[in-house]
Amino acid sequence: MAESRTFKTNLQVSSSPHLVTTLDTRKTMMYVLIALVPSAVAATVYFGAGALLRIILGAFFAFASEWCYNRIMKKKDTTHDLSCLVTGVILAMNVPANFPVWMLAIGCGVAIVIVKCLYGGIGRNIANPAIVGRIVLLLSWTSYMTTWPLTRFQKTADAVTGATPLGMLADKVYDQFPSLTNMFIGNIGGALGETCTIAIILGGLFLIWKKIISPIIPCAFIATVFVIALVYYAVNPIDGYNAFHMALFHILGGGVFFGAFFCATDYVTSPIMNRGKLIYGIGCGVVTMVIRLMCSYPEGVSFAILFMNIMTPLIDRYVERQFYGIAAAEKAAKKAAKEAAAAGAKEAAK
Amino acid sequence: MFFRAKHLSSIDAGHYKNTADCETKVMPVPDVVKISMSQNIGAPCQPLVKKGDTVKVGQKIGDTDAFLHVPVHSSVSGTVTGIETMRNAMGGMDTFVVIAPDKLQTMDESIHKPEVTDHKSFVAAIKESGLVGLGGASFPAWLKYDPKNLSEIKTIIVNGAECEPFITSDHRTMLEDAQNVLDGAQALVKYLGAEKAYIAIENNKQNAIDNFNKMIKEQNITNVETFPLQARYPKGAERVLIYEVTGQQCDAGVLPAALGVIVANVTSTAFIGQYLKDGVPLIKKRVTVDGDAIKNPQNVQFLVGTLVADVIDFCGGYKAEPKKILLGGPMMGRAIFTDAQPLVKANNAILAFTAEQALIPEETACINCGRCHQACPFDLLPTKFADAYERKDVQMLRDLKVMQCMECGSCSYVCPAHRPLAFMNKLGKAMVKEADKNGRK
Repeated sequence: MAESRTFKTNLQVSSSPHLVTTLDTRKTMMYVLIALVPSAVAATVYFGAGALLRIILGAFFAFASEWCYNRIMKKKDTTHDLSCLVTGVILAMNVPANFPVWMLAIGCGVAIVIVKCLYGGIGRNIANPAIVGRIVLLLSWTSYMTTWPLTRFQKTADAVTGATPLGMLADKVYDQFPSLTNMFIGNIGGALGETCTIAIILGGLFLIWKKIISPIIPCAFIATVFVIALVYYAVNPIDGYNAFHMALFHILGGGVFFGAFFCATDYVTSPIMNRGKLIYGIGCGVVTMVIRLMCSYPEGVSFAILFMNIMTPLIDRYVERQFYGIAAAEKAAKKAAKEAAAAGAKEAAK
Repeated sequence: MFFRAKHLSSIDAGHYKNTADCETKVMPVPDVVKISMSQNIGAPCQPLVKKGDTVKVGQKIGDTDAFLHVPVHSSVSGTVTGIETMRNAMGGMDTFVVIAPDKLQTMDESIHKPEVTDHKSFVAAIKESGLVGLGGASFPAWLKYDPKNLSEIKTIIVNGAECEPFITSDHRTMLEDAQNVLDGAQALVKYLGAEKAYIAIENNKQNAIDNFNKMIKEQNITNVETFPLQARYPKGAERVLIYEVTGQQCDAGVLPAALGVIVANVTSTAFIGQYLKDGVPLIKKRVTVDGDAIKNPQNVQFLVGTLVADVIDFCGGYKAEPKKILLGGPMMGRAIFTDAQPLVKANNAILAFTAEQALIPEETACINCGRCHQACPFDLLPTKFADAYERKDVQMLRDLKVMQCMECGSCSYVCPAHRPLAFMNKLGKAMVKEADKNGRK
């Protein structure tokens, strides 16, 4: 009986697990793009259609760079993971609203081809491509990258460009400081994506809610900037503004929020472990404030993130690992060794 | 983290408990059973019967002199038609006793209620019952109940977590065999001299928890308690469960008994409760049959040695072409290459997936997101294991504590790049074991 029946054979065999999540790299990047929408809307409202055009072109240039690179190098096309779009949009949000488009194209090319593709593509780059792209643009065309158009609500007949709050601080023109409310809603000069703090917070909360990013890095980054500013201005007060006002001024008046939520949290270039993330976030805040308060650049977020990017492998390596079952045992062994050493020293002293 | 969390990391892998409300159907005696002589971790048994012999239900047909083993009993009455060597579900070769049942199910005369009075007779009875750990590891149960530090055993954990998606056989056991579970748990407490037994159940099986609470109250049982767990994967893994219930960390390679804890699967416990009443050895078991290729997903009680194909036929056969058939759950179960495979004692699920459900998307590059680390219950670094394995860096694997990995598959599940991390962990562990054996650095 049994011998004559037919069985299914040649079934697929593979190692467990046989079930995987539907959240893939592409979907992750999609969530980041969605989180950037509020900032893009705010940029369009404040700086006009030119801002939106630059954001879309930034995405396009980044996509084209990666596609062309893979085509020329005869590699498998990797643009479908959408990470290039994230890089392009973030880079575009880091430039002024009247930035020449061809320079943006070069920035995107540098970010994608040199920083990402030449290192081996997604996951292999040592620094955040958008941040390096921004720094290249800043060093190459400093005047274009530091001439900030005013928002449509600030513009007057004779003034179309103005300084960022941090620029005013560096120039010591304290009486021109915008109000904190204007800084919070983004009615100030600055790069097109980083001025409207409330839009950035919305996007950031969306990413945290969707568990795309961990809140540790942004919180540590922003809190560190706040605390350092608070202490600094308590020691070196500015006429007319208390330390608390200046601390808020520092976290709102530049790229801190945008950098903390969208650039510093880049998976590839930030530590894996929670403790490492905390060190990384605090490091970003410290370097930012060192540059702002002691160096000749008024803004230091991108340099701080780049600096911590290259520290990431080191952080990941030396953060103490707490494994289940191991930490307790090792701690006990260490303690026993220490006690033995102390006892030995005592003996020797006698 | 800076402080020890109350719960270990876990993932939400979905539940898919489609068959939770399906009452168990008893499958009729099949036309052939093939009983594996290797039903446990440790030494395989030698067949005690030969071709042409008549056997009865519960008759011992396999035993060995080796230490780490449990005897094998016939699940049917009938005639032995051959002793075959064929490939088992794990991929190795095993001896199988093939029996053509006479379908009368005549009980062996030797079966009687075991006389259990103390720990020693309890362990001897469990050994004779052929019980292996039914959670999936197939560790000989009698050895687990005979720890060297018997006096230090304080806690019995009855594992009814059933954290694997799809599987509901333990859930059905807890509902349909509740009295046996309680009896078994009390027997374990009594004969092992423990203080308390906790029946740990994930809180997605609230009806089982309520049922036990009611019975415990009605029968005035003081030494058994229910313990609700989060309904997340992998709460039912032994070392995770111990942490959740007692807060103790159990290192890999350390027996839970060293911490004063014995973990027993809920189906094992129910079997103990039953066995102490009638003395019928472990010859039948409940199994969940599910997956999108199965016509009527349900829970089935099968006789050990039944072919997978026969069980699936009993469930109405395939409604679509199966691509993958799993013994066990989708997270840790084994894929088998043919449905001519016979079932063993420890099988708790048969899942038949179509190509669509079996699809694992193509692997892409690691984006260093750290989700594998966040998901790992033991805070290991699967992505670093994979790197070290690819570089064949044994010392790095050791430093990263690869041997702590219990292969739960959480890392592979959450990986957005769909990397086979759990698989690489297994290879990494094998590499370290090999190096240790050869004394190589």
